[in-house]
Amino acid sequence: LLQMSKQLDMFKTNLEEFASKHKQEIRKNPKFRVQFQDMCATIGVDPLASGKGFWSEMLGVGDFYYELGVQIIEVCLALKHRNGGLITLEELHQQVLKGRGKFAQDVSQDDLLRAIKKLKVLGNGFGIIPVGGTYLIQSVPAELNMDHTVVLQLAEKKGYVTVSEIRTSLKWETERAKQVLEHLLKEGMAWLDTQAAGEPQYWLPALFTELYSQEITPEEAKEAIP
Amino acid sequence: MDRFSWTSGLLELGETLVVQQRGVRLYDGEEKVKFDSGVLLLSTHRLIWRDQKNHECCIAIPLSQVVFIEEQAAGIGKSAKIVVHLHPASSNKEPGPFQSSKYSYIKLSFKEHGQIEFYRRLSEEMTQRRWETMPAGQTIQVNKDPQVGRIRAVGIVGIERKLEEKRKETDKNISEAFEDLSKLMEKAKEMVDLSKSIANKIKEKQGDITEDETIRFKSYLLSMGIANPVTRETYGSGTQYHMQLAKQLAGILQTPLEERGGIMSLTEVYCLVNRARGLELLSPEDLVNACKMLESLKLPLRLRIFDSGVMVIELQSHNEEEMVASALETVSEKGSLTADEFAKLVGMSVLLAKERLLLAEKMGHLCRDDSVEGLRFYPNLFLTQS
Repeated sequence: LLQMSKQLDMFKTNLEEFASKHKQEIRKNPKFRVQFQDMCATIGVDPLASGKGFWSEMLGVGDFYYELGVQIIEVCLALKHRNGGLITLEELHQQVLKGRGKFAQDVSQDDLLRAIKKLKVLGNGFGIIPVGGTYLIQSVPAELNMDHTVVLQLAEKKGYVTVSEIRTSLKWETERAKQVLEHLLKEGMAWLDTQAAGEPQYWLPALFTELYSQEITPEEAKEAIP
Repeated sequence: MDRFSWTSGLLELGETLVVQQRGVRLYDGEEKVKFDSGVLLLSTHRLIWRDQKNHECCIAIPLSQVVFIEEQAAGIGKSAKIVVHLHPASSNKEPGPFQSSKYSYIKLSFKEHGQIEFYRRLSEEMTQRRWETMPAGQTIQVNKDPQVGRIRAVGIVGIERKLEEKRKETDKNISEAFEDLSKLMEKAKEMVDLSKSIANKIKEKQGDITEDETIRFKSYLLSMGIANPVTRETYGSGTQYHMQLAKQLAGILQTPLEERGGIMSLTEVYCLVNRARGLELLSPEDLVNACKMLESLKLPLRLRIFDSGVMVIELQSHNEEEMVASALETVSEKGSLTADEFAKLVGMSVLLAKERLLLAEKMGHLCRDDSVEGLRFYPNLFLTQS
């Protein structure tokens, strides 16, 4: 144990040296951060485990990600009433950048994902769901199993999905499709459009901005409708 | 510094090089300027400064501008300097790097020495004033410069070249950073391996290791961010740090909890605490670990985990079961309520409102109506109206 203590001190010195030369680089360069995180993961070190760890204290990586965590929580909370607690990584990224302002450090999607992985431990149901080429971020403790995830992925293309589409693409029984869709409705993650031509469409607000990326105010909306 | 003009650095006809010195930095009066590393050349007519990294960056000042010079000795951490006092810039001066300056003198800082010789030569030239007698004509090339015959381009090409050099400089910095990072990681890997071997020894010796040593080991793991090989927890829970943190939290959260009805979700706590700290933030794991210790430290708060996995902090004095009774009243008054509606009525977050209603249901006081329109709770008439 004594040996470890000595080596720890040596390591601390090495890290201090590294920090004095490259601390700025980590803060400013998202690609360098990815490299850094990957290397840590390979050797079995988690630089974000504790704010009291060397990494956090000397390189300042901790504060960067923990603060990002706070911003992510706030964005998700603000939009939950609209999307039921599901949001695309892109939209989250946009909103977080907006909140940080012009002079803040650059934040990449990889940074967001890492921060979210750390937030999971708070028990609030944070989850990352791969869809299409990107991810949906869940921020509520709703149970989403494989069935739900698969339907979300199907809906990603158009922003909505119908029972027939699920039957055709996934080869499910109507009952199974309906169960999944009703669960999403209940959780507020899907909205039902019964006026669609043909059959009812289940829309996912989380995917709205991907396809129709214009946010307009209520006044503008009034003017747009004749 | 506004007396300087851009120049090609080539000597003119009739102009002779007297002495040159590397490693010279320029000051505008007392202030450092970006010309921090260059070759300073003294000719019969001018003082010329060329950037060591970017040879195209070259400025000069005619010796006729010099009023007088003085020496400034070196100090601790400071190089020796020559202070050059100047006449005001003439109106027909060629364009230079600075339009104006509040100083009428500049300093030449000799980072690689050589100032004694330079001062001597400069004084000589100031005395002889050879520029007055030898008119400068067309430019000729100086063979001292290894890059003979280069044309310095001003304008777009010059700017592009500078950007290219800057980019190469940045790339060099980044690859240097990666190299340093790899070396650092090697050392970190050694630490991980060492901690594994120690953990193994602990397992084998079972009881031969004191509690004090265990605590120390855990704190070492925490510093390095290494998962505890024995318990698989990355946070070395139960360290001194977390105990202190728990006590701090008890102090910080007392009032906010009272304001929010005695209960807060852990994400709320995370945001509240970190926003207040501003710096040296807590990691989510730090928070969870500290909260796990609240009860054992007999602090007035406790961590509670609902069936859904939602984690909250409550005041010891808060009794969720009692709150359920009042929730039942509220629901009965309204006939039925969803979590959203209940939350609005009571002034709680939807998350906690839902947990309370679910708890009430678990205790048998409420029944659910689960439909597409949402989850709605009714008083359990089966129980009360049998």
